[in-house]
Order: sequence, then structure tokens, then C-alpha cells
Amino acid sequence: MWTAISQAFGMVFDPYTLLVMVLASMYGLFVGAVPGLTATMATALLVPVTFFMAPIPAIAAIVTATAMAIFSGDIPGCLLRIPGTPASAAYTDEAFAMTRKGQAELALGAGLVFSVVGGLFGTLVLIFAAPALADFAIQFSSYEYFWLVLLGLTCAVFITSNRPLKGLVTLFLGLLVACVGLGNPAGFPRFTFGSAEMTGGIGMIPLMIGMFAISEVIRFVVDTAPPAELVTDKVGNVLAGQWELAKKYPMQILRGSALGTVVGALPGAGADIAAWMSYAISKKFSKEPEKFGTGHVEGIVESGAANNSALAGAWIPALVFGIPGDSITAIVIGVLYMKNMNPGPTLFVTQPQNIYAVFLLFIMANIIMLPMGILCIKAAKKILKVPRNVLMPVILLFCTVGTFAINNSLFDVGVMLAAGLLAYVLEENEFPIAPAILGVVLGGMLEENFITSMIKSNGDFSAFFSRPIAAFLGVSTLLVWFVPVLLKAWRARVASAQA
Amino acid sequence: MKINDAVFGLLLTLISLAILSTIQSYPDIPGQQVGPALFPGLIAMALGVCGVVLIYRGWQERHSVPWLKTADWLHSSRHLIGFLLLTGGIVFYILASTDLGFLPAAWLLMWALMVNLKVAPVRAAVLSLLLSALVHFAFYTLLRVPLPWGVLTPWAW
Repeated sequence: MWTAISQAFGMVFDPYTLLVMVLASMYGLFVGAVPGLTATMATALLVPVTFFMAPIPAIAAIVTATAMAIFSGDIPGCLLRIPGTPASAAYTDEAFAMTRKGQAELALGAGLVFSVVGGLFGTLVLIFAAPALADFAIQFSSYEYFWLVLLGLTCAVFITSNRPLKGLVTLFLGLLVACVGLGNPAGFPRFTFGSAEMTGGIGMIPLMIGMFAISEVIRFVVDTAPPAELVTDKVGNVLAGQWELAKKYPMQILRGSALGTVVGALPGAGADIAAWMSYAISKKFSKEPEKFGTGHVEGIVESGAANNSALAGAWIPALVFGIPGDSITAIVIGVLYMKNMNPGPTLFVTQPQNIYAVFLLFIMANIIMLPMGILCIKAAKKILKVPRNVLMPVILLFCTVGTFAINNSLFDVGVMLAAGLLAYVLEENEFPIAPAILGVVLGGMLEENFITSMIKSNGDFSAFFSRPIAAFLGVSTLLVWFVPVLLKAWRARVASAQA
Repeated sequence: MKINDAVFGLLLTLISLAILSTIQSYPDIPGQQVGPALFPGLIAMALGVCGVVLIYRGWQERHSVPWLKTADWLHSSRHLIGFLLLTGGIVFYILASTDLGFLPAAWLLMWALMVNLKVAPVRAAVLSLLLSALVHFAFYTLLRVPLPWGVLTPWAW
């Protein structure tokens, strides 16, 4: 173990990796601070570049950039009342109200400091939970994996979306996209329309770049709303008063970090949902709920910690089971496969040095967030004035070339455009995108474990419940499906009986 | 652009039927009861059920939710042209970049979009040139992606 840890230190403290981290943190802070560019988009745009790196610098780039982007999304929320990333949306109004009261420093500082705290908390849980879970998961057979993937997909639809039916639709579309090509247990070419390019399946990276980056560029180009005005000119010392906040709200910080980690670990739910839930809980349990919405820092402290802890939480199922906890780790899983670091419990046995390196990267990224974040807040005025009408065409070109670079294929560029248009239309009509991505990422795994289990059991479905953990996971999945339906029917019956 | 759920439902049901008819010809794995048709078949059936429910919901709401409600940008010619430039620009890049070369195709794509987004034409021309050269340097020189030279082949480096 100590050899692996020292190897991990060697890889992370390599000058090249450190340089990548510094550059990635500037990139992440910038992307997060520009409204309309999300942390997921930052990751998708990084993939073509990381494609050419060794595994650890590639992961370092993604971990650092996403952590920074989730924090810096707070900056335009506070100064322009536009969240930089969806993860800051929950408390944008609160932060802006604080700016109006002349407390922009306190709001931004709380966002930064408690992002670091939340991020480190999530990392600690990752460090302790992931190896323990991997020890446990090493005994899993195809039955357990089948139920685990199905439970993950179910969570993505039912917990993360307020429109389960539409979530189901996008999930099924994603699963169908995963069916395209030769990559199925029978090795039979499906839905290829005679095209040689499609026999290899639809590439995950073009899909992600399309769904997360091109759709945002489309949204910007067709946006008819006038641009927002900057309300404050200068921001003072953001660290002032943060220690007092930490002493005043220890419970809130702990609760936000813990909830964020758990929500992050649930498939499909990421930093944005963690922040919304945390803000609501903070208000519910606050001693001063009436102050929420008027520029009160308590909710920012709690949900600011939650959205950053969710990032690390999302890596737990991603590393241990290959099941992404959010859309960022969905992309990360694609990168891990490209780098021959196939996620799963065996990764902890065969490449422990890489796992320790990932843990170290998380700690480092969260620590350098503090100085880099302060610099970013100082430069906020300039970043927010970057002409987006120049930036968006550059992003479009970058997406196009980046997609091409993965396989040197123009077909992939077409896939990217189609995915971008589809994501735009679906989102405009309130179909959530996250389940589709999870469907694409997990479709192959779900089918493989399903078919293997069916062959093992000679088509007997009861075998899916024959092992204790499989039975537990199976029953849990079925409960998530049917309990809401039964509850609804029961409530309707009670209501009609009363009427 | 808001579309009534029933329209989506109809589309999804048709996709589901198309898949179910396609997989009829898929063979089973020799000696097994299962094959490559099973999984997409199950998904298509589930998608079909969702489609039918969406048709029902959309039909119920047809008086309050129109079949198609166009977005504001469809009525603004600048935004509409911007959308067409963006999507058409990528199609143009796919079709023309090999013969025309990366730099001219990228320059044209960026210039047109920037002008549409209200960047002054001359400024847009200079910025597009600089930025496409920068992207070219990053991907062609640093990352060694074989971006095509097209008409600029005699001057390739």
C-alpha cells in the first residue's frame, strides 16, 4: 500500500501534472464564471485535450476544472443575478440580494470558503467509502450488477426529475442509442443502416459535446433576452468574516457537505440538485427562515458546501461500479475507459496507485481553490466583460475540432450536431437530459449483465433474486418504481372517500 | 419552441414500432433463448408505452397547450439567421473542410456567426483569423490532429 501511495505522490507532484492543474483551474474558474458555460460543458470540452495526456494529468485536469467551475459559478450569480453554472442557481437570488445590501464580499467569500470545506468533506468520504465499497463489490456477479445499474437508472429518473415520465423517455432514448453497433453480447450489428461508421456504435464523446456544449451555444445564439448589468464595481477582502460564519453555522456546513456527498453519489443527481435540496433544508431547519431570500448568508453557506461536496461524491459509484453519479462523471467514465483505467472494484486491486492519485488530486484541487478563487474574484469584473459574442463562436469551433480529433472522423461531428439539436429541443420541452446520458453510458453494461444473467439462469427470472444482495437491490429497485404509484392511488382513494 | 406532448408521444410510438419491426429479423444466440433482439425490444416496448401515455396527456391538454408554440427567436430574423448559420455552418464544415481546408472553413464559420452576433465585420474578420489560427496551432501543431489543409496545401507546414 505504501508503495502505491508513494507512486501516487510521484505522479501527482510531477511538474507536468502540477502545470496541468494550474492551467485547468484557470480554465475551470473562467468557464464557471461565464454565464451559459457549465461545469459539465467544461469537462466535455476538456476531453479532446485530455485524450492526448497520460491518465493522471488527464484526470487532474477534469477534477480541478470542475471543482473550480462549480465555485466560480457563484460569481456572476452574486454580481449579475445570473448563475454561472446550474449548481449556483439555488442561491443566486440570495447572493444577489446580499450584493444589493453591499455584502458582495461576504457572499462570494462564503461561496468560496465553504466550497473548499464541502469539497474536502466529499473527498474524505470518497477516500474512506470507495475502497470499502470496492472490497464489498468484488463479490458481485452479473445479477447484482444488473440490479445496481437498474437502480441507478431508476434513481436518475425518479429522484432527479420532477417529471418522471419525461425522464423515462430520455432514459429509453439513451439506452436505444447505446444499442447501436456491434457492441452487444451477440456481436450482431444493430441499427447501423448499413453505415460502416455506425457499426462501432455512436461515440460517447461527440454525444456529450453535442448535448452539453452545442446545445448551450444554440441557446445563446437564439437568446432574445437583453444582457444583464453589473451592479457592483469593486469587491473587497472576501475572507473577512468567514471564520465567524464557520463558528456560527457548523451544523449547516456539516449537513450541507453530507447531503451533497450523498446526492452526488446517487446516479444522475449532481451538484445542482444537491444545492437546491440543501438550500431548501437550510431554510426549513433555520432559526431565522424569514430572512431567507432577503440577502441572508446561511443558505449560501450550506448549499455552497453541498454543491462542491457532490462533485467528489459522484466519483464514488463512478470508480467503484462504473456507474456515474452525475453528468460530469458520465464523461469521466468515458475518459477512464480511453485511458485503460476501466472503472470497477478490480481497479482498486490492480491499479491502487491510480486510485490514490485520484484521491490526492481531489485534495489538491480543493486546496488550490482558495488562492485561485480569490484571484478569480478579483478579476471577476474583467471575466464578466468577456465578449460572449466572440467566445461562443470560438467554443463552437473548439467543439467541432475537438470532436473530430477523437477519431479523426467528420461523421462524429455530424453526431455532435444532431445530439446538440436534440438536446436543445428536448430541454425546451422539459425533457431532462441527464437520464439520456446515463442511458448511453450504462446501456451496454445493463444489457451485458442482463443477457449474461438470463443465459446463466436459462431464462428463469427468479434467479435474479436468488442471491441475498441481488434480492435486496432488486426489491429496492421495484420499491422505487411502485411505491410512488401505490401512494398516489392510495391518496386518490382517501380523497375520494372524504369527498 | 414548445411542442404538445401528444406530438412527442406520436413520434416516440412510431420510433418504437419501427424498432420492433426491425428487430424481428435479428437471430438468437445459437443454443440460447435470448439474442440481440431482446434488450432493444424491451426498451422499445417501454418507450412505446411512454409514447401512448404522452399522447393521452397531450390530447387531454390540447385546449390549454397548443400543438406547436413557436419561440420568440423564430420571429426575429437575426436570431433565426443565427440559428441557421450555426447549424448550417457545422454542416458546411463537415462537407467543405476536407476540400477547402480547415483554416478557410473555420474562418468563414466563425466570421459569419460573429457578424450575426453583432461583432463589427472587420473586427470579426481579424478575430476569426487569429482565433482559428490559435485553434489550428493547438490541435494541429501541439496535439497532432490531422486537420486538412485543402486549398492551402501548397503552404502547409
